Amino acid sequence: MKIDPIHQFNIEPLFTIGHIGHQTIAFTNSSLYMLVAVAIISILMLASGTQLVPGRLQSVAEISYEFVASTIRSTAGAEGMKFFPLIFSLFMFICVSNLVGIIPYTFTISSHLIVTAGLALLVFFTVLIYGVAKNGVKFFKIFVPHGVPGYVLPLVMFIEVLSFFLRPVSHSIRLFANMLAGHIALKVFAGFVAMLGFSLGAIGWVGGVLPLALTIALYALEILVAFLQAYVFAILTCIYLNDAIHPGH
Amino acid sequence: MAESHGGAKGPATDAHTEADGGHHSGGFPPFESSTFASQLVSLAIFFVLLYVIVSKLALPKVGGAIEARQSKIEGDLAEAQKLKDQSEAALKAYEGELASARSRAQAIGNESRDKANAQAEAERKALEEQLSAKLAEAEKTIASTRATAMSNVRGIASDAAGTIVQQLTGVVPDAASVNAAVDASLKG
Repeated sequence: MKIDPIHQFNIEPLFTIGHIGHQTIAFTNSSLYMLVAVAIISILMLASGTQLVPGRLQSVAEISYEFVASTIRSTAGAEGMKFFPLIFSLFMFICVSNLVGIIPYTFTISSHLIVTAGLALLVFFTVLIYGVAKNGVKFFKIFVPHGVPGYVLPLVMFIEVLSFFLRPVSHSIRLFANMLAGHIALKVFAGFVAMLGFSLGAIGWVGGVLPLALTIALYALEILVAFLQAYVFAILTCIYLNDAIHPGH
Repeated sequence: MAESHGGAKGPATDAHTEADGGHHSGGFPPFESSTFASQLVSLAIFFVLLYVIVSKLALPKVGGAIEARQSKIEGDLAEAQKLKDQSEAALKAYEGELASARSRAQAIGNESRDKANAQAEAERKALEEQLSAKLAEAEKTIASTRATAMSNVRGIASDAAGTIVQQLTGVVPDAASVNAAVDASLKG
């Protein structure tokens, strides 16, 4: 029995959509799970009714709505509600795809750096374009913190500019690395159970209880991480957008 | 590298490469650049689709439901407050009515009591006057009777005194001197 924790991340083209230059654009398993995530979110949000006393599904939809709305209000203020659809889409897309990805034999979209980088760059350019369009040159005041003595200002500005342009990197790698590492760890520990059992027989199966317990514990942790990383991604988006909305702070 | 594998192959050939446990080029799937374009294109398509669904349909619907509930709750609370105010006003009006009725009843009671008292007083006075008139009349009768009696007493006394003097002395006294002596003794 060979443990292959990487296999779960393979991209399998299901059918070809077309070509861009030399690149073949295919509908892959990743695309399928994106479709699944969009479908789940749409069903949750649209099929949940609008009763005065909400049912279960409607409660979930409304709690999601209120949760994201209060996150935006507390981090980016009332003006940040302009970006409510964007942040809600990001949060729900990442959260749902992460939670779907924990189910065994499924694929996790956000375990691919290119996807998280795409989302992080979307946020980055939204902040940059909106910030400049709204505030003009004043937007670049975010690189000049208040109350810094003149002689360290160049250094501080250099660090601020660098950290600004590294934001999409940390933003995307945080999500990607968390999902990747979590899924590898789960696969490895779950693989131990089978490996012990198949190689040592009865003793192995008994000994496999320990990695099984660890797998269960990790599984619980991964459910938390799946939600938490979506939340972290959303709240960082709010904080970055806050810079674009209020560059003076 | 981009053309060596990836989307150009059918699913069937991919399944074969999976079977030996290896990967397309032995690389790490998240870093296989040949799959980037496909993923980015599908991400763009599905995320834009999600964004449109969320911004045009989902958020207005859910937000509207939340708002409708909020306004319903607020309306109901305002309605309850209004009803409460109304009942309080009614209670206050009732209490005022009760107090005025009570004071009116008291006034009526006082008035009738005073009237009865005055009437009783007048009757008593009239009766008293009647009685005192009768008393005065009786006193007058008594006085006249007494005066008559007293004048009779004088006549009897002078007769008796004349007779006693005659018996003792054998002389018939002079009527005038007897009368004067009786008067003097009556006075004394």
